[in-house]
Amino acid sequence: MIYNIPYIAVAALVLIGLYALVFKRNLIKLVIGVVLIESGVNLFLIILGYREESIAPIYTSSPGGVMSFPVPQALTLTSIVIGVAVIALMLSLVIHIYRHYGTLDVRKVRRLKE
Amino acid sequence: MTEMSKIVRTITSITFPFAMIYGLYVIAHGHLTPGGGFQGGAVVASACAMILVAFGSKWTIDKIKEKKLSAFESLGAIGFIALALLGLVFGVAFFNNFLTGSNFLFGNIPPTGSVFADINTGGVLPLMNFAVGLKVIAGLFVIVLVMAYATTSFKGVKK
Amino acid sequence: MNMPDYTIPLVVAIPLLGAFLTPLVSRINDKLRNVFVIIVLALNALLVFLLASDILTTGIKTYVFGAKDLTYPIVRILFEVDAMSIFMAIISSILVLAAVTYSWAFMKENTGLDKYYTLILLLTAGMLGMVFTGDMFNFFVFLEITSIASCALIAFWTDVGESVEAGFKYIVISATGALFVLFAVALLYGQYNALNIAQLSSVIQYTFLDKIALVLLIVALAMKAGIVPMHMWLPDSYGSAPSTISIVLVSATLASLYGVLRVVFTLYGNALSTIANFDISVNVFIGWFIVALAVISIIVGVTMALIQSDFKRLIAYGAVAEIGYMFLGIGAGLTALGTAYGRTALNGGIFHIMNDALDVGLLFLVAGAIYYATRERSLDRLGGLARNMKYTTAFFIIGLLAVAGMPPLNGFASKILIYESTFQLNPILAIVAILCSILLLAVFVKVFHSAFMGPQLPKYKDVKEVPRSMLFVMGVIACIIVFIGLFPEFVINNVVEPAANALVGYSEYVSQVVAGGI
Repeated sequence: MIYNIPYIAVAALVLIGLYALVFKRNLIKLVIGVVLIESGVNLFLIILGYREESIAPIYTSSPGGVMSFPVPQALTLTSIVIGVAVIALMLSLVIHIYRHYGTLDVRKVRRLKE
Repeated sequence: MTEMSKIVRTITSITFPFAMIYGLYVIAHGHLTPGGGFQGGAVVASACAMILVAFGSKWTIDKIKEKKLSAFESLGAIGFIALALLGLVFGVAFFNNFLTGSNFLFGNIPPTGSVFADINTGGVLPLMNFAVGLKVIAGLFVIVLVMAYATTSFKGVKK
Repeated sequence: MNMPDYTIPLVVAIPLLGAFLTPLVSRINDKLRNVFVIIVLALNALLVFLLASDILTTGIKTYVFGAKDLTYPIVRILFEVDAMSIFMAIISSILVLAAVTYSWAFMKENTGLDKYYTLILLLTAGMLGMVFTGDMFNFFVFLEITSIASCALIAFWTDVGESVEAGFKYIVISATGALFVLFAVALLYGQYNALNIAQLSSVIQYTFLDKIALVLLIVALAMKAGIVPMHMWLPDSYGSAPSTISIVLVSATLASLYGVLRVVFTLYGNALSTIANFDISVNVFIGWFIVALAVISIIVGVTMALIQSDFKRLIAYGAVAEIGYMFLGIGAGLTALGTAYGRTALNGGIFHIMNDALDVGLLFLVAGAIYYATRERSLDRLGGLARNMKYTTAFFIIGLLAVAGMPPLNGFASKILIYESTFQLNPILAIVAILCSILLLAVFVKVFHSAFMGPQLPKYKDVKEVPRSMLFVMGVIACIIVFIGLFPEFVINNVVEPAANALVGYSEYVSQVVAGGI
């Protein structure tokens, strides 16, 4: 059970993020929802590469004990970098939307209808 | 963003060089320790953001022009891709690490085992870290700067 | 012609380098920048065509990044280009080149064009990377590059509230979709310790986690391809973006469609003939799922297009229906995998990708020309434009007939393949497809009547024909449409058939990378 806690955290983060995306009406909260999903996925990648009592993979050969697997960490880093760009873009769009409509409520920001 | 109190500005002036040096250290040692261009660049950019918060966006945008930062950002990206292309020209493939083992810049073979690492290793990796670092510093700082400026100059809804 | 291997990364690297050189060139001179961007993309298109002629004769090409040869276990990023990839790359490079040439006159009055061109080049690099890559994580990275660049381009007219709103909608959808793609990649990686598509395909077991990954991948990529019921972002983005961006977005959407194809046919190619639940094999299961989505897309797209009054939103709903036709062909081909009519359906679906890109692209360009001349997008306030804009009217007629699938234009050539093959799968599908095609014709005839025919409105008395460069681009696309319509066999035999072969024969794709094949 104790080893499953990170996976439960992943599920919780993704589900909370989806909940925020679907039910929240504030644009900033939507951004937070996307950030939560991203954190969940990143955490999932990290725990895929973790081994119990491992050390950081920074040596060419280990001084004793296992080293955790570096590839998922590299993947996570890439995903974080992309996440920064996405979030910056989202927030700048939120700033623009606020300038045009004077509100952050999605119900009032709806000029594009079917 | 308006200027903050004198205490904040003084403390920022004192801590700014340390944050800057730490960030540059992380960039320069990217091929040896955890870190690298993006992480170090983010540290430096947050040091710059600290200046922005303490001294206000008007002051900062007078000192550093947005256009210049954008040019630096492009330079960083061009440097990265140019290094990758040089791998094709001097080495065997795109992104090939043609400098490693060449006894040239960063050309040493890394020592094996859990010993202290040699900074003069890594081939094109440290150079790529510098390029990425330049891009991230300029990019993140320009984002924060423009956002801060946009929110300050906002004078109510247009329509 | 035999191209050296390093052409493959150059096709992605040239737009990327050009993207970051554009702001610097733009400091010198604006005209120089426009010429520079056009030259970069023309060079890139040339490379793609040369590469295509090579790959269509010699077969799959792979390129390993950073080393001469592949070492096992595979840790390096790999580009693997087969006939399907190069087919998509040809479409993307034609559309982007058209968009950039058209932009010269169309976007002249805008500021911040250095960023506009930078983003277009980034978007090109992202799309070409998506179709060339042989690595799942790399695919995710290029997907994100594409969606970030296209979001910024959708919201390029930041002084208009609607376009910012559409941009925000698009980025929320695509960021969430891309994160689910990453989640699926992580699921596959955790099980098989591989990121390479070919390697994953050779070891995939179709376990419970693989099923979850498959669902996540198909749904997220189909959402980015604009399939009903995940289409809500598409009319907004296509409608609110500048016209040039709309046609680049068409090709970005098709790159996501390519993702669906690659996942289903290659990544899960090994699992396709295994039995899923309820004694149905996997290809029938996924095939009918895709067919169902496709039929809903066609019906919803056409009926929603009927009631639109905004020119570009109307075309966007038409594009939803067209994407439905592609998915119908592909889904039918998947359901009847291995039979002759299944093969025809797959050919038709793949052929329709090219035709849809050209037809819808031409219609968006015509909408852009009308907006350029009149600054008006609402069909209720347009009228009598045929008197002053003869050439644009002619191009619109070609576009509307092609999109509605009238002979002898290219839309007919691919739709007839889809009709005759889906009729053998289930007659109802073909009937729905034909009826909706007729409705689509009705929709566009209505547009034609309200925008171009009728008495000349006093406020449009002084409307002039658009500049020559815009007419030239529309003319070239119209010529390609007519050419494909007149000689469909030429395109099918030379490009479409090898692409379909590449999709069905996934084992060849795998054996290029994994020693010994399957």
